[in-house]
Amino acid sequence: MLPKLKLAVFILCLIPFGQLAYGAYTGDLGVNPIETITRFTGSWALIFLLASLAVTPLRRITGWNELIKLRRMIGLFAFFYASLHFSTYIVLDHFFDFRAIGNDIIKRPYVTAGFIAFVIMVPLALTSSAAMIRRLGKRWQQLHRWVYLAAITAVIHFYWLVKADISRPAQYGAVLALLLGYRLFVKWRPRIVAKQSSDTAALRSR
Amino acid sequence: MLIKKPADIKSSEITPKELYMNRREFIKSASAVAASAGATLAGLDMWGMPEQAQAGEKLPNIKKSPYSTDEKKNSFKDITSYNNFYELGIDKGDPAKNAKYLIPRPWTVAVEGEVKQPKTFDIDAIMKLSPLEERVYRLRCVEAWSMVIPWVGFPLSALIKQVEPTNNAKFIHFITLVDPKRMPGQQPSIFGNVIDWPYVEGLRMDEAMHPLTILSVGLYGEVLPAQNGAPVRLVVPWKYGFKSIKSIVKIRFVENQPPSSWNKMQPQEYGFYSNVNPQVDHPRWSQATERRIGEFLRRKTLMFNGYGDQVASLYKGMDLKKYY
Repeated sequence: MLPKLKLAVFILCLIPFGQLAYGAYTGDLGVNPIETITRFTGSWALIFLLASLAVTPLRRITGWNELIKLRRMIGLFAFFYASLHFSTYIVLDHFFDFRAIGNDIIKRPYVTAGFIAFVIMVPLALTSSAAMIRRLGKRWQQLHRWVYLAAITAVIHFYWLVKADISRPAQYGAVLALLLGYRLFVKWRPRIVAKQSSDTAALRSR
Repeated sequence: MLIKKPADIKSSEITPKELYMNRREFIKSASAVAASAGATLAGLDMWGMPEQAQAGEKLPNIKKSPYSTDEKKNSFKDITSYNNFYELGIDKGDPAKNAKYLIPRPWTVAVEGEVKQPKTFDIDAIMKLSPLEERVYRLRCVEAWSMVIPWVGFPLSALIKQVEPTNNAKFIHFITLVDPKRMPGQQPSIFGNVIDWPYVEGLRMDEAMHPLTILSVGLYGEVLPAQNGAPVRLVVPWKYGFKSIKSIVKIRFVENQPPSSWNKMQPQEYGFYSNVNPQVDHPRWSQATERRIGEFLRRKTLMFNGYGDQVASLYKGMDLKKYY
């Protein structure tokens, strides 16, 4: 069952790339193709990043534990689209003009935020193999918590670059808030429940 | 006036307009649905390909102008399917899609304020106000892309002279139509209005009188398409594109510097003057270079968008870092 599901998800994750490749092949990427590619790959990187963060809540809520086996693939696809996004910026947009790129990263807050998000994702992608998980042990989980910061800076990157209409970054931000909020809720609930029951116990014993 | 070739097909043999329009609409919407279904699922709408603008009516007797550049022009498709015109939608493909709503007739432009002869012009009177000229200008958007566009129009000064400004007229304030039916982008979203409508802009009197400043009523020899600001818009080629206000309904002559829309929204990012200036960066992106639509490598942005010889004298002694 799982290998088939994995294959299906893998193909699904490649659809946006296929769309982009087909658009490039037919010359159908609009009047400003570089802008189209930049936005398209950026949006999908963010979507996959949020999808990878949705795996754990979905698994807990549905009880379908096999879902966890899809998480690495989804995360790696987020990195795949983020890499396309980043290389579009370096190669197509600025054509290796590293002075302009460096200036951009230092001086433009939205570029800084996007760059941080990408840099965080690199070690996460590099340590995603089973061997690395074994080697790093407990530290692996600590390292991979950085994905929260990557997602936050990625949403900020999007929010800071829009000129007037914030509705799309706001939508991504709301989904991210929900996914992170769920984790906080799960983390704090036992203490809240424990506190409540100890309070009631204290009341009863009175 | 129409320039027509004699028809060699009997009019009775031609498919009635409603029928073929329906057919086109069907094909268009069917293919658009198919093409964008995947992307829309994910909340992306960048795959809805821009629709081809209806070929406009030809404009008669257009003169050439020495102010035109001989650089390679962008195609009609480039110019009419990649537009910043928030009244017709936020994405650059939206104005072409929503062009059908912006019906440019009837249309009047009220000219008022500090003038001896206030007057409301009908759009047809504006089209005949002065001989039409083709002006091939560079357009530099504040978002660091540019095009070369063959506008058709006449110097704004021709209109100004007709209404005889008083000595108090130091600035001109331009105002775009407000009509959410004809301009669907003006319908508020859940986040309210993206811009405080109407869109407004302003020029100093000497800028407005400058021979490069035109009112445009056409493009590529045809009536101006809706997505480019029909029926009449301003074109000020040495300033960022947003200064060239579209679909004008009111022109007021005033004593004090009038408000302008982007400046009201983000004063640190958009100044009143907004002259193209590679030395003054927009806080969020560099203005040193630009991408000419259709080219791969970025070009260096030119001071005053390359019109420095004609306009630099207007700003003599002004600190352009302060008055950006």
